[in-house]
Amino acid sequence: MRRVEVGFAAAAVAGVAGGLAAWGSGWWGAGVAGSVLLGGLAAEWFVRRRVRAWAYCERADDLLVRRGVLFSRLSVIPYGRMQFVDVRAGPVERAFGLATVRMHTAAAASDARIPGLSGKEAARLRDRLAELGEAMAAGV
Amino acid sequence: MSGFEQGRWRRLHPLSPLVHAGRLLIALAVVAAPSAALGHGAWESLGQLGTVVVLALLGLVAWLVTRWRVDGDDLRIETGLLRRSSLRFPLKQVQAIDIVRPGLARLFGLAELRLRMAGSTGGHARLAYLPAREADRLRRQLLALGQGGVEEPAEPDEERVLLTVPTSRLVAAIFLSRVGLLAAAMLGGLVTIAVVSPSATRGVSGGSIVYALAAVTGLWRRFNGAYRLTVAEAPDGLRLRSGLVATTAETIRPGRVQAIRMVEPLLWRPFGWCRLEVDVAGRQRAEHEGGPERRQLRAVLPVGGRDLAQALLERIVPDAPGERRPPPRLVLLKSPLRYHHLSWGRTDSCVVTTSGRVARTTDWVPLAKVQSLRRVQGPIQRRLHLVTIHLDTAGRNVHAALRDRHVAEADPALGRLVELARAARAAPSSRPTV
Repeated sequence: MRRVEVGFAAAAVAGVAGGLAAWGSGWWGAGVAGSVLLGGLAAEWFVRRRVRAWAYCERADDLLVRRGVLFSRLSVIPYGRMQFVDVRAGPVERAFGLATVRMHTAAAASDARIPGLSGKEAARLRDRLAELGEAMAAGV
Repeated sequence: MSGFEQGRWRRLHPLSPLVHAGRLLIALAVVAAPSAALGHGAWESLGQLGTVVVLALLGLVAWLVTRWRVDGDDLRIETGLLRRSSLRFPLKQVQAIDIVRPGLARLFGLAELRLRMAGSTGGHARLAYLPAREADRLRRQLLALGQGGVEEPAEPDEERVLLTVPTSRLVAAIFLSRVGLLAAAMLGGLVTIAVVSPSATRGVSGGSIVYALAAVTGLWRRFNGAYRLTVAEAPDGLRLRSGLVATTAETIRPGRVQAIRMVEPLLWRPFGWCRLEVDVAGRQRAEHEGGPERRQLRAVLPVGGRDLAQALLERIVPDAPGERRPPPRLVLLKSPLRYHHLSWGRTDSCVVTTSGRVARTTDWVPLAKVQSLRRVQGPIQRRLHLVTIHLDTAGRNVHAALRDRHVAEADPALGRLVELARAARAAPSSRPTV
């Protein structure tokens, strides 16, 4: 998902820069376009790794969310502790039919976000989490 | 007299607006008195009089439109003239009830009742002001209602005083704290300047008076907040009472303590002193409390010896782990300052961790209160095969972290902690104490 976003942005910028280059018809413009493209590719590489590292696993009693390449994080969120689940889709996400599911517990620090799920999967996950959360609810 | 009958709307005490505006009025009087005494223009005094009248009117209106009642298991408050708001506070979710009495309110025999809820933003019920005796009765009734629908408030029950903080020790401790040292340094600086060049004193003192005032206020707040702090154990929770001018009486309900922290600042260590704080759910305190107070947790023990802290700790967490494991030696490379303070230990119901660079902090988290667990590994940690495991609670800012443990130790520990936390959740409220 993020990959799409970055790739998209890089292509657009490169396009504009290319246009500028053609219009100015100088080496200078071409250099700019090239470096932007290069930057985009590098970002693409980073983001791809980031996306690959993002994973989640529904276990019997809790949800595991793993993310991060440089700083790797693994969150364990018991279903019973979930206060609410929210599903979000920004404009770019919506354009690709994707959504972000986010779990909230009473603790501010616990951060479990799963971006780039397909709309259907996001809805399924949300309903399942809500159901499990209700079944196992524990107080604060 | 029995409790407050259900469903009837009540008003706050008629003197409340006066107490609310008290500080402002005093300030105004200070400003206005000299000009009135000197016989300045009548227009000026008229303007000041007008301000007072407008303030009084506003206060009166605010009082007129505010009412409250106990409604089943809820406390309901309605307030506001233009923006009418109706608030409902479920008593089952009350974390703690405070009775706060500023100096002026004490003069009139009034008190403010404050209910702390678990919500993260602004979820506080405030009834300011009620007659002091009524506030106390209401507190008892609300606690009883929240605990299981006993209609009648319990009798003024016996409580067991666990400790009182001696004033001399408190003063010493405050002077050895960061704020105290800062104030002392400032005072010292001023005196030095006055001795070296008396002519410069005027200018310097004029400029620094604001800071001096801030420091004094900070010191005073701390002193007042912890003055003669008494911790008592009662059937409806842990009671904390303190204050010289403005007094606070807090009741923390049983089982609502999310985490406990013990802080041992460097300067206190020679005396073997420490501070013990408890963390309750809900992220903010009332907005008019000062910045430092908001960040600082409620200190159950502002200053005291380790044995005292240990005794108190055993009251709050019955099953505190005894032995702690030191970190692997490799950690010296990664966090040399912290290394000597790092350790962790656990029993089946509680985890303890220590950390801190200069001041040592020790955090106890009951596993039944753990909201989620996180395993975090940074780039340097990965090189050294270290990992940090965080235990998040619903509290304001205490959370235990098993910092910089070896992967071979941490990963099985994480699995075990997840299981233990699950077991602790499944067996609720088996713990009798707070």
